[in-house]
Amino acid sequence: MANIGDVNDQDFQSKVLGADKPVLVDFWAEWCVPCHMVSPVVEEIAQEKGDALSVAKLNVDDNPEVTKKFGVMSIPTLILFVGGEERARVVGARGKDAILREIEPQFAA
Amino acid sequence: MERDVPDTRSVVILGSGPAGLTAALYAARANLEPLVLKGIDAGGQLMLTTDVENYPGFPDGILGPELMEQMEKQTARFGAELLHQGATRVDLSERPFGVWAGDEEWRARTLVIATGASARWLGIPGEDTLRGRGVSSCATCDGFFFRGRDIVVVGGGDSAVEEAIFLARFGTKVTVVHRRGELRASKIMQDRAFANEKLEFVWDSVVEEVLGGDSVESVRLRNVKTGDTSELPTAAMFVAIGHDPNTELFTGQLAMTPTGYLVVEEPSTRTSAPGVFAAGDVVDFTYRQAVTAAGMGCKAAIDAERFLEAEGH
Repeated sequence: MANIGDVNDQDFQSKVLGADKPVLVDFWAEWCVPCHMVSPVVEEIAQEKGDALSVAKLNVDDNPEVTKKFGVMSIPTLILFVGGEERARVVGARGKDAILREIEPQFAA
Repeated sequence: MERDVPDTRSVVILGSGPAGLTAALYAARANLEPLVLKGIDAGGQLMLTTDVENYPGFPDGILGPELMEQMEKQTARFGAELLHQGATRVDLSERPFGVWAGDEEWRARTLVIATGASARWLGIPGEDTLRGRGVSSCATCDGFFFRGRDIVVVGGGDSAVEEAIFLARFGTKVTVVHRRGELRASKIMQDRAFANEKLEFVWDSVVEEVLGGDSVESVRLRNVKTGDTSELPTAAMFVAIGHDPNTELFTGQLAMTPTGYLVVEEPSTRTSAPGVFAAGDVVDFTYRQAVTAAGMGCKAAIDAERFLEAEGH
C-alpha cells in the first residue's frame, strides 16, 4: 500500500499530486546505472515509513511531461510531494540515511 | 541483559570496484569468507562509464556496468558475501577492527580498503545550487536530458574527452573547456575528439561561475592567459576534472598523502596500521586503471591472507 508502483504523465495528477499522503517519487530510467542502486533504498523507505509516506516510480524515458514540468535534469532524482507541492528533492545516488535526513522533516508529524 | 556480540570476520572489504571485487575473489578462493560492504556507489567509477576498451580479455570491449556485474558474479560463486551498504565508521585502534554501517556492526581481523575516488567539483558559485539542474558529473546518467541543446564539458583528460564524445550523441554542440592549451587525454582519445564535428574547444580557460535560475543558462569563462572573461550560453555543464580519494572515514587513523590518498608500503598493500590493506584508486593517483586496481586488489587479498597465517588464524 505504501508503494504505489509506477506512475506516468497521465495519472501523476491523481496518484501523486492529489494523494492524501506524502509521496516520494523516484525519477529513473532503465539505462541509468545509479538509479538501480537507489531503487532498492526507496523500497526500504517505503517499508519502514509506509504509515506516513507512499513511494512511486516515474520512468523519465516514457514520461517527458512530468519530467520536464518538475525540471528533472539528472537522475536518479527523488522528489517528495506533500499536498501536491514539492517539499524536498534529493539528486544523485545517496544512502538511506542521507535521503531520510532530507525528506523526513517534511513529512514527519 | 545480554549484549549482542558483533560478527567477527577474517576479511572485511570496503568497496566494490575492480579492486574490492578482485580482493573478494582471491579472499573467497582462499576460504576466508570475505564480507564486502559495497557502498552506495557500488561498482565504482566503471558504473558511470560506457565502453571499457582496455580491460584485457574483452577484444570487443565491454560496458563498464557489465564488467562489474561479471566480477561480482565471479566473487559470489566462491562464497564472498556482498552487502549493499557502505561503511559509515571504522575503528582501527584495536584488533579485531570495528566496522559499522549505520546501526550494523562487524569485527574484522583484516580490512581491505578499496573505497576508490569520487568526482571532484570545481567549487565555483552556482555549481552546487544548479547541481541536478544542468550541472552534472555523470554524462551517462544525465546526457539524455540535453538532447538538442548546447553542452559544456570542463576538463582535458581521458574522462573529460570520453564524456564529451558521449554527450555529442545528444547535444547540438559540445564545448570542452580546458585550463591548458592542449588535452591531457591519450592520443587515441584526442584523435577521436578532434574528428568529432560536434566538439569545440576553448583552451587556456576556466569556468568561474555557473549562471541560471531554474536551470543552467550559461557559464562565465576566464582565459587564464589574458584574464579576459566571457559568457558562454549552455544548458548543461559536465565536470570531469579528476577525482578525490574516499578516505574521510580513515582520517587520523591511517597515514595519508597531503591530498588524502592512503599510503601503502610499496610493493605491498600494507597501510600504516598492521592488518589494514588498501588497493585501487584510494591509493593510486598515478595509473588509476581498472586493471591496475584489480591487480592491487589481488595483492591486498594475498597480503591479508599471509597476515592471518602469520597470526595463526
